[in-house]
Amino acid sequence: MRTEDLTAMLAASLEPIDPRLTKRRYLIGITTGAFGALCLARGVLHLNPALPREVSESAFWVREVFCASLSVLAVLVIGRLARPGSRLGLLPAAIAAVVLIMWTLAATRLLSAPPQSRVPLLLGTTFAVCPFLIAFVAAPLFLCFFWVLKGLAPTRLCSAGAGAGFAAGSIGALVYSLHCPELAAPFIGVWYLLGMLIPTAIGASLGPRLLRW
Amino acid sequence: MVQSLAGDAASYRLFLGELTAHLRSFLRKRLRRLPEEIEDLVQELLLAIHNQRHTYDAKQPLTAWVHAIARYKFIDLLRRSSRTDSRNDSLDDREELFAPTAFEASEARYDIAKLLHQLPDRQRLPIQYVKIEGGSVADTARRIGMSESAVKIGIHRGLKALAAKLRSVA
Repeated sequence: MRTEDLTAMLAASLEPIDPRLTKRRYLIGITTGAFGALCLARGVLHLNPALPREVSESAFWVREVFCASLSVLAVLVIGRLARPGSRLGLLPAAIAAVVLIMWTLAATRLLSAPPQSRVPLLLGTTFAVCPFLIAFVAAPLFLCFFWVLKGLAPTRLCSAGAGAGFAAGSIGALVYSLHCPELAAPFIGVWYLLGMLIPTAIGASLGPRLLRW
Repeated sequence: MVQSLAGDAASYRLFLGELTAHLRSFLRKRLRRLPEEIEDLVQELLLAIHNQRHTYDAKQPLTAWVHAIARYKFIDLLRRSSRTDSRNDSLDDREELFAPTAFEASEARYDIAKLLHQLPDRQRLPIQYVKIEGGSVADTARRIGMSESAVKIGIHRGLKALAAKLRSVA
C-alpha cells in the first residue's frame, strides 16, 4: 500500500477523541487496584484493631501523609511518562524531597531517643515481613497500572514500568498501613520505602517487555 | 491536530500529509544505513500516531509529541534489525548501492493492504468500506449490516491489530 493511500484511509476512518476516556482509564485502574489491595489487606491480612485509637496520634498521620503524597506524585509521574514527549520536570525532585523530610523526622526521632530504644524504633516488631507484605498488597495495583499504561503510549518503557511499580507500591503502602501496627518514623522511612521499591524494581524490569507498542 | 482530534477529517488529511513529509526527512537523516526501511517505518509511524492520538495533549508542543513517538519507533526498529542482523549476514555494503532508488519510493515493502486481508471480517470490512467508498460510518454500517458502534470498534481494533502485525513482520 502506498503511504498516500494509508493517510487517506486513516483520515477516512477518523473518529473524534473523547478526552475524558483517558481520565476514565486512570480512574478505573486506580479504583480497581485500590479495591483489590483493600481486599487483600482486609481479607488475607486483617485491619489493625488499634486503628481507632491511633487515629488521634500525630505519628499515624505522618505515616499516612508520607504514603499519600508519594502516591499522588507517582500517579503524576505515570501521567507524564504515558504521554510521548512530556517531561518529568520537578516531580522526581518532589519525590526525593518527601523521602528526605521523612528521613529528617526519622533522624531527629532516633537522636532524641535513649540509645537502648533506638534499635526497636528502627526495626519495630515486623521489619522482616513489612516490605514483602507491602509488595503483596500492591500486586493488584501493579497489574492495574500496567493495564492503564497499556492503553497509553509510554516511550521510556523502563521508567514507565518503574513509575507504575512505584505508584502501586506507595498506594499499596497506604492501604497496608491500615493493617500495620508500626508508627515510628525511622521504621516508616526504611521499611515502607523498601516495600515501595520492590514493585518499582519489578516494574522497571518488566516494563520493556510488557509495555511495548 | 487539535481539529483532527475533534474529528475533522479534512484537516486531519492535511495534517497527515505534512506529517508524512516531516517523518520522511526525520528518518532520512537517521536511517542512512537502512534506506529501504524508511517508508516502512513512515507507515508504521503514521499508524502508531493515529492509534495513539488520544495521548496528545493540546497544551503540549506537537513536534515534541511526534518526535518522541518517532524516536521510540526508530529505536525499536534498530533493536529489531540488530537482532536479525546478528542472525543473518549483513548486506549493508550492497544496500548502499541500492539506496538512491529507495529514496523516492512511497511504496513500502510490507504491504499493509495484504496485512489488512489477514484481519477478521468484522475489522477488515469497516476499514475497507470506509476507505474505498470514502463513506461515512453510518453508510458502512448499513452496507455490512453492523451497528455503527460495531463499525467504529472494528476500525479502531483493526488499526491496532494492523500496527501490531506491521511490528511483527518488520
